[in-house]
Amino acid sequence: MPKLTVNGKEIEVPAGTNLIEAARRAGVEVPHYCYHPGLSIAGQCRLCMVDLEKAPRPTIACNTVAADGMVVLTESDRVRETRKSIMEFHLINHPLDCPVCDQAGECWLQIYYMQHGLYDPRMTDEKVHKPKAVPLGPHVILDAERCILCSRCVRFCDEITGTGELGIFERGDHSEIGLFPGRELDNKYSGNVVDICPVGALTDRDFRFQVRVWYLETAKSVCPGCARGCNIEVHVNRRRPHHADGRRVARLKPRFNADVNSWWLCDAGRYGFGFVDDTDRLLVPGHREGETVSDATWDEAIAAVTATLRRVPPEAIGVIASPKMANEDLFALSRLLDVCAIRRVAGQVPPRVPGDQDNLLIRADKNPNALGAELLGLGDDARAVLDAARGRQIRCLWIFGHDLLDSAWPEAEVLEALRAVETVIFTGTNVNRTSVRAHWVLPAAAWVERDGTYTNFQGRVQRFRQAVEPLGQALAEWEIVGRMLAPLGEPSSATRAEHWFRQLAATVPAFAGLSYQSLGDAGRLFAVTPTSPAVGAAGRRGAGAPPSEANR
Amino acid sequence: MAEIVLMRNFSRPDSHTLSAYRAAGGYAAWDKAREMEPTAITEEVKKANLRGLGGAGFPTGTKWSFIPKTHTGPVYLVVNADEGEPGTFKDRYLLERDPHALIEGMLIAARAIRCTLGFVYVRGEYVQPWRRFGTAVKEAYDAGLLGQGFDVVIHRGAGAYICGEETGLLSSLEGKKGWPKIKPPFPAIKGAFGQPTIVNNVETLCCVPPIITRGAEWFAGLGTKTQGGTRMYSVSGRVKQPAVYEAPVSITLRQLIEAAGGVSGTGRLKAVVPGGGSAAILTADEIDVAMDVDGLKTAGSMIGSAGVVVMDESVSIPEALMVLARFYAHESCGQCTPCRESTGWIYKMVHRIVEGRGRKEDLDTILDVAKRGAGTTICAFYDGAVGPYISYIEKFRGEFEALVPK
Repeated sequence: MPKLTVNGKEIEVPAGTNLIEAARRAGVEVPHYCYHPGLSIAGQCRLCMVDLEKAPRPTIACNTVAADGMVVLTESDRVRETRKSIMEFHLINHPLDCPVCDQAGECWLQIYYMQHGLYDPRMTDEKVHKPKAVPLGPHVILDAERCILCSRCVRFCDEITGTGELGIFERGDHSEIGLFPGRELDNKYSGNVVDICPVGALTDRDFRFQVRVWYLETAKSVCPGCARGCNIEVHVNRRRPHHADGRRVARLKPRFNADVNSWWLCDAGRYGFGFVDDTDRLLVPGHREGETVSDATWDEAIAAVTATLRRVPPEAIGVIASPKMANEDLFALSRLLDVCAIRRVAGQVPPRVPGDQDNLLIRADKNPNALGAELLGLGDDARAVLDAARGRQIRCLWIFGHDLLDSAWPEAEVLEALRAVETVIFTGTNVNRTSVRAHWVLPAAAWVERDGTYTNFQGRVQRFRQAVEPLGQALAEWEIVGRMLAPLGEPSSATRAEHWFRQLAATVPAFAGLSYQSLGDAGRLFAVTPTSPAVGAAGRRGAGAPPSEANR
Repeated sequence: MAEIVLMRNFSRPDSHTLSAYRAAGGYAAWDKAREMEPTAITEEVKKANLRGLGGAGFPTGTKWSFIPKTHTGPVYLVVNADEGEPGTFKDRYLLERDPHALIEGMLIAARAIRCTLGFVYVRGEYVQPWRRFGTAVKEAYDAGLLGQGFDVVIHRGAGAYICGEETGLLSSLEGKKGWPKIKPPFPAIKGAFGQPTIVNNVETLCCVPPIITRGAEWFAGLGTKTQGGTRMYSVSGRVKQPAVYEAPVSITLRQLIEAAGGVSGTGRLKAVVPGGGSAAILTADEIDVAMDVDGLKTAGSMIGSAGVVVMDESVSIPEALMVLARFYAHESCGQCTPCRESTGWIYKMVHRIVEGRGRKEDLDTILDVAKRGAGTTICAFYDGAVGPYISYIEKFRGEFEALVPK
C-alpha cells in the first residue's frame, strides 16, 4: 500500500491506484475528461495534469500510478496555468451553443471553464465545422462540433460491449467521432455513451429538448426491468410539466454500484419507463358490470373487494401475485392471504417471449423481484391457478399486474378462465387486455411513485425511493392490501413501506437484520443464504421446491 | 570528406544486389556477430556511441538493453522506414542503394535482443525503395540469410507523418489508427502487439555492421565524445548541389553548406533548418555549430533527422513558417487536445499574417499558445511543431511584423 501526499495530505492507497483516484481519496478532485474508472486509460484530454515533486513538468494523473513517497500537487501555479491552457484548447473550436444544448447545466466544459478556465477568449478565426444532429442509432444523436474527442464512447463500445461501432475519423482538428461504415450504434447498452460523454456531443434522442436539466429532481432508485436490479437515478420534471407534455419522468440514469451494475444500465431498462406517464395509466378504481364500466371511490372498491373475499370460500379464491411487486407489497399481501386462508396463490406467468440474457447486465428474468416473491411463497408458476379457474374451481381471481393475454399461455385458455370466474380483480399500473376484463380495477402506483425494495437475483435487497406523486388516485400495492386488512378484521398499523419492511425483516429469516437504514444506497445481500423458502405463511407454497436458478 | 561508411557501396550501379553487397564484404559482420553473445553485441554498440539517427538521438545500445531480461515471449524488432520529416531523404537512398546493409543490421540487432521477427515499416510514398528492399529481402531468404531463425515482414504505411513516431508506427503496424501510445509503458517493455519491441531507424541499423566488423573504437573515433560515427545529411533548399552528404557528426553546418556547393539563389544566406522541419531555425550567424546531437542542442535547435534546409535572403520566413504550420495542422493525429486544436489555430493565424490580414497581437498569441502547449502531449509531435513556431517568429519577428497592416 503506497503512501503518498496529495496537497500536503498524507494518504495510503492500494497498489496500482492512479493519481486521479488517489487524489479522490484525499478529497481532491483532479479535473479530467477522457479518464473514466470503467474504461482503459487514454491520456488524451491532457486536463488531469498534476505536479510531482522534482518532476520537470506537470504530468497526467490518469496514467501515473501512485508510488510510495510521491508528493503530488494539484493546485500549484504551474498546474493551474496548464489547466487553463488545456481548457482554452478544448474550447477554441467548440460552438458555444449552450443555450440550445441539452447538456447545458451538466456539461463539464461549462463546469471546468468556470472552475479552471476563466480566461479571455483569443480565438477569433473561423472555427472548424463538423456534422451536427447526426443520429447514430435508435437512442443517441451526435453533434460532432461539441465533441472534445475524449474517446470515452469509442472505448465503451470497444471494451464494455465489445461491439466496436464507433471510431475517430480524420486527423488533427478535423478529427470526429463517427460510425464505421454500415454500422449503427444499436447495441443493447448504447445509452451509456450519453452518460459518459462529458459534453453535449452525444445526447439522448429520447430526452433531447424535453426539459432543461436544472429543473430536474432526482431520486435514488432501482431499475425494475430485470432481475439484475441496476441502481439508477430517476430524474423527474415536476417544476416545468409543460416542457415535456406532462411527462414527469424525464430520464433514468445509472447509479454506480460496484456489486450490481458498475456504472452502466442497459437500454431496455433506461428507456423502459414510458408506462409511468402513459395515457393508459389506471387513475381511479373502476368497476365493471357487464359492459358498463364506472369509476369508484377507494372506499367503495375496498368495501366491495373485501366483501367478496369474505363471501367466497377461500378455496374458491385464486391470487396471481407478481414478481414485479416490491417485497413490502408481497409481504402485505401474504398477510392478507393468511387472514383469509387463501391457498391458491402463485406469482409467475410465463412470458410470451423468453427473455434475453448476456454476460454484462441483462438477465433473462424480466422481473425485479422474483427472488423476493419466491421467498415469500408467491413465486410459483400460476398455471395451476389458471387451470383451476378454467375448471370453475375459482370464483374470485385477483391478478396483480400481469396481462394474462400477453403471456405464453394460449389465449383461448386465458379467456376461458377469465370468463369462468365470477369476480376478476385487477391491480396494476396500466390498462391491459386482462384489466379490461376485470370486474374491479384497483390502480397501483408505479415504482417511481412510491418507496419499496426489490431482491435481485444475487439476493441483494435494494431500496427504491419515491420520485413523484402517484398519478390519479393510484396507491402502492402494500397500501391497497393494507386498507383491506381492517375490514377483514386484522387492522395493520403500517402506514409506510418502511413499516412493512420492518415486519418483513422480523418475520422472514432471509431478511433478518435488514432495515431501510442498513440497506443504504447500495443495498445489502441477505445475511443468510436463503436455502429454503423461509416464509411466514409457510405451507402456502405448493411443492415447496427450492428457488430454481433457471428462471432467475 | 573523411571516411565514407554508410554510403560506401552507393557508387556501384548494382549496389542493391546481394552479389554486389557480398563482393564488397557484406554479411561478414553477420558472420562475426552470430558467433558473439547477444550481450556482447549490445555492449559493442554501446561502446561505439551509436545514437539513433531517426530524430531523437537516443543511444542505440542502451535502448536495446531495455528489453526485460525475464521476458519469455516474443520480442520484436521494428525498423522505422517511414521517413517523413520535412527536408529528409536519406533512408530512401539506403533502401534503394544498399538494402542488404539494413538486412544485415537487422540480423545483428535481432541477435542482440533475441528477436526472431522483424517488421520494416516503409513510408507509403516510397515505392521504389519498397520494391528494392522487397527484392533484397527475397534474395536474403533465397540465400538462407533470412528464414533461419529470423524473419522479416515488410509493412507499407499509408501516408501519415505521425506514423513515423515510434509508437504511432506501432499502432499503425498493429492495424489501428496511427495514434501514438501513452508512455509508460515504453515499447521496449510493451510495444508491438503488446510485446517488448525495439524500434530503430534505417540509418541507425545500417551503422551496426561496420561497428561489428571494424570495432566500436573505430566507429566512436569517427565522431564526437558523445556520438560516434558518421551520418547522412540531407541537404536541400538554396544550395548549389542539393544531395545527401555523409560526414562525421563533428562537421559544422558551415562546412556542410560549403560541401553542398555553397548558397545558391542570391548567394547570401538568411537561415538554415538544421535537422528537419521540426528543428528550430538557425540564422546565418549561427552556422558554426557542430552537427551532432549535443552540438545542436547547445545551439537551441536539434539535429533530428539531419535534414538541412538552406534558405537564402530571397526566402520569406513567414511563408516558410506558413508551409510548416499547414503541415503540422494537417499531420497532427488529433489525439491530444493541445496539439489537435492549436496546430490548426496557429496555422490560421500565420496564414492570416502572410495574407496581410494579421493583427498586432497575433505574434504574441502564437508564441504564448505554442509555449503553453509544449510538453503537454503524448508524443513529441507538438514539441516538434513548437520549435519552428517559436524560432521563426522570435528570430525573424521583423519580417512578420512588416506583414501586419499598420
